[in-house]
Amino acid sequence: MEALIASAIAVLVACGFYLVLRARTFPVIVGLALFSYAANLYIFSTGRLTSGMPPVLQKGVPLEAYADPLPQALILTAIVIGFAMTAFILVLAISGYVELGTDHLDAKEQSR
Amino acid sequence: MTPLLIVLLPFVGLILPIILARHSHTAATVGALIPTTLSFGLLLSLAGDVFAGEVFVASWPWIETLGMNLSFRVDGLGMLFAILILGIGTLVVLYAHFYLSDSDPRGRFFGALLAFMGAMLGVVLAENVLLLAFFWEITSLSSFLLIAYWTHVPLARQGARMALAITGMGGLLLFAGLLLVGHIVGSYELSAILANGALIQGHDLYVPALILVLMGAFTKSAQFPFHFWLPNAMTAPTPVSAYLHSATMVKAGVFLLARMHPALSGTPEWFFIVTGAGLVTLTFAAYVALFKHDLKGLLAYSTISHLGLITVLFGFGTPMAALVGVFHILNHAAFKASLFMSVGIVDHETGTRDMRILGGLRHAMPITATLATLGAAAMAGIPGFNGFISKEMLFYESWKLPFIENEWVVPVIVTVGGLLSMAYSVRLVIDTFFGEEGDTPAKPHDPPFGMWLPVALLVAVCVVVGVYPSIAEPIVNAAALATIGGVMPEGYEHLSLWHGFNAAVVMSLIAIFGGAAFFMLRHKLFALAERYWPNLHGKLVFEGLVERVVDATRATTASLENGSLQRYVMLLIAFVVAAGALPFFLFDFAPGNLPATELEPVTIVIFGIFVAACLGVVANHKRRLTAIVTLSVVGLVVSLSFVKFSAPDLALTQLSVEVVTILLLLLALYVLPKETPSEGGFSLRKVRDGILASVAGLGTGWMSYMVMTRPQDSISMTHLEKAYYPVGGGTNVVNVTLVDIRGFDTMGEVAVLAMAGLGIFALLARLNPEHIHGVTRRVLDRYPVMLTSATRPLLSLILVMAVYIFMRGHYLPGGGFIAGLVATVALIIQYMASGQQWSSERMPVNFRIMAIIGVTIAVLSGATSLALGKPMMTMLVPLGEPGTVMTLYFDLGVFLGVVGAMMTILTSLGVLSRPASAETLAHSKETNPWKP
Repeated sequence: MEALIASAIAVLVACGFYLVLRARTFPVIVGLALFSYAANLYIFSTGRLTSGMPPVLQKGVPLEAYADPLPQALILTAIVIGFAMTAFILVLAISGYVELGTDHLDAKEQSR
Repeated sequence: MTPLLIVLLPFVGLILPIILARHSHTAATVGALIPTTLSFGLLLSLAGDVFAGEVFVASWPWIETLGMNLSFRVDGLGMLFAILILGIGTLVVLYAHFYLSDSDPRGRFFGALLAFMGAMLGVVLAENVLLLAFFWEITSLSSFLLIAYWTHVPLARQGARMALAITGMGGLLLFAGLLLVGHIVGSYELSAILANGALIQGHDLYVPALILVLMGAFTKSAQFPFHFWLPNAMTAPTPVSAYLHSATMVKAGVFLLARMHPALSGTPEWFFIVTGAGLVTLTFAAYVALFKHDLKGLLAYSTISHLGLITVLFGFGTPMAALVGVFHILNHAAFKASLFMSVGIVDHETGTRDMRILGGLRHAMPITATLATLGAAAMAGIPGFNGFISKEMLFYESWKLPFIENEWVVPVIVTVGGLLSMAYSVRLVIDTFFGEEGDTPAKPHDPPFGMWLPVALLVAVCVVVGVYPSIAEPIVNAAALATIGGVMPEGYEHLSLWHGFNAAVVMSLIAIFGGAAFFMLRHKLFALAERYWPNLHGKLVFEGLVERVVDATRATTASLENGSLQRYVMLLIAFVVAAGALPFFLFDFAPGNLPATELEPVTIVIFGIFVAACLGVVANHKRRLTAIVTLSVVGLVVSLSFVKFSAPDLALTQLSVEVVTILLLLLALYVLPKETPSEGGFSLRKVRDGILASVAGLGTGWMSYMVMTRPQDSISMTHLEKAYYPVGGGTNVVNVTLVDIRGFDTMGEVAVLAMAGLGIFALLARLNPEHIHGVTRRVLDRYPVMLTSATRPLLSLILVMAVYIFMRGHYLPGGGFIAGLVATVALIIQYMASGQQWSSERMPVNFRIMAIIGVTIAVLSGATSLALGKPMMTMLVPLGEPGTVMTLYFDLGVFLGVVGAMMTILTSLGVLSRPASAETLAHSKETNPWKP
């Protein structure tokens, strides 16, 4: 299972970075969204993989059995902040497009 | 408390002259004198005890984790320097009152001077060496302001910049050195460092630490080859030169040598580096001084030479030499400050400082001539003046050196230095005050009483100490005791004028008569120098160096920065990949040996869908709508993996955020182009990006695998242990962590969310949707009836659900964040189904205000306990179950903040898609297909 999650992270980062390197704003934003999934999963994975034991305390269960709550708390806010950041760069992209008339990152249409 | 006040008074008081300067010149001077004299008074109240051998140490914690304390130390050495700083400081303020012209802004002058004074006091009275380094930097900065005081003079600005570059660089090196010393000793307090000299000198890091500390001292005290900033700093007003560049700041370097003497001195490394640098500086600078026609230039090089002399003394490392060094610091400060002030008077009254023009001023300015002659006699080392005594003691000590085989080498060099010193001192007096009267720009006369009084006081010190040296004994002994570290040198009883006929007397005679002879030959020497003196100026070398560094920097920047953001992103990622790869190669690639968890077939299928979706996003990224839909599949699988791996809170969050993110991207496509134009077929750039992205992916994935297969050792256990008792009183540990244990983080995060919302609102408020090309057509579509009627009853259902999720959050998966997201989804569905106008008419809520209220509630509920001196989120109202009440308020703040910010973001974007106005429609050629 660990290898599977690690591969998922690898695929997300690779796809995300490839899109981030594109020339138009929209693919860059989609790429960043993919990358933030990867970042969240990576942090999540540092808490190791535990099935069926969410960190909700029950009587008679040893503490070692629960899933690690700390990465979860960190990621929970990261997801919401990630949304805010995606929204913010989207709006930057929109106002850039409206003001410059192009969505090329370098603000110039490639001359071909 | 007193040491702290002594240092702080000048800083606090610097506002006085700045305010009072608006009234009158006198008021400004008085304003500068008040903090100076108050501080001086406090200092003197400690003087008696310090001279008796007491050391005052006062400490307040500041940044304890870094070992940085606000601790001060008043011992003999600090007292000697503090007396110089405040005593000469008072005289300089008085002198500057007459020196500055009416057009010079006095508030700025005295303000910077007081800041400098406070910083110097901080340096000499610091007990913590980090604090010492801190004040050291302030002296560099405030001296920059003072040197560049006449901002309209280009030379002043250049000189100031150079001084800042050299002494600032030295300050950083010193900081590094002090960190090393502190690391060796395990404490940054001087008491500990000075008591552990043997430990430091035996440590492997001793030599690097020594060199770094010495670099700090040498740059500040203008030792060769860093000497050139000092002559260039002479563009400063003369009171500044007298104060900073003779009496105090340049002495900070030798102060450091004295301060660290017990801890660092006595080794061959110390002896050869310090003595060597001092000897070179002593003779080289004295020789150059002789050829300076500018009075201040002569004094500048003479100062460098005398600093070299003091450095030599501390370099010897013997107790007696250290005592002489301390004594000469006092003597030099007195005669050099007086000479600078005399020269300033000459400059002020005649309009020139060039000795080739000046001459015969003894008739027009008898008082100044007398004072300057006495000061120069002290500098030359004539018997009867203080300079003679310390110089003769140096000559005597130079025969008793450790580590050196040819015992005559050092005595010869210091005699030559003394000889040159005599020669330029004679020249200063003769060429200015004797001989034929020069043709000066202004008609000279003696200055007002207040201007020559400070000079007279300093000259009086030179003469009195020169005749009755024992008068300086209490202060010199106390300072020497601190420098040597405990025991007074053997065989030393008193400072005295006559030590009997010995080698030192012969050396003094050679210096005095040789110097006079050298002076007689000066015109021949000048002619020789004109022809053969190499045209090598420290200033030119320095500026050439700076220029080359700047050019190299510009070239590097230009080669990386071509204006293309796409390129910057590539470089950024390439750098991250390189930096991330480094640890792999430094350590190892091997995974850990934890057994893998079980793999179910279902998971493999889902993983297949996931990979297909990721690749689908990349493959379809040009058809943007398709890309968004595919992206939502990726998000769903991520949510599923949270479900699978025991993170229900995360799954709920991810799911609701997923909904709004997709919505957001769709909204953006109203405005942005629906398709990405082709970048052309196969290209090297795509291959390069593909390789870069794959390497990054592989690296991250492998790193994650290495982590997951190793045993875990984290701080999470504390969270699990304390979640219910004694901290949070809840069973959902994730929620307790968010609202209680890490509540401070959460507060910041909600604030960021609100800021992003407000920022987006502000950005979009500037855009007029009607100007956006191609938007009008789509928004004529009607809202689908089925969706509209289905969503209305849903609203209340989902909102009730949100309340339920909110309330149970502390015990079961849920909480403010998730409830906020769910409520947002409920509201936004109405906007989707029925339109912006319809919804906002029925929901007269200002979401921006809601976001702000949410953040405010979160801050207040968290911080009220802080105000009462308890940790964040401590329960104040003992109601209900422990801990739940305050955190419930806090979570309510989170809830409102999330809803407010998310709705602000979505509705702001939604405005772009609102129906076009009737006017625009009239102009539109398209007809509305739904129009009856």
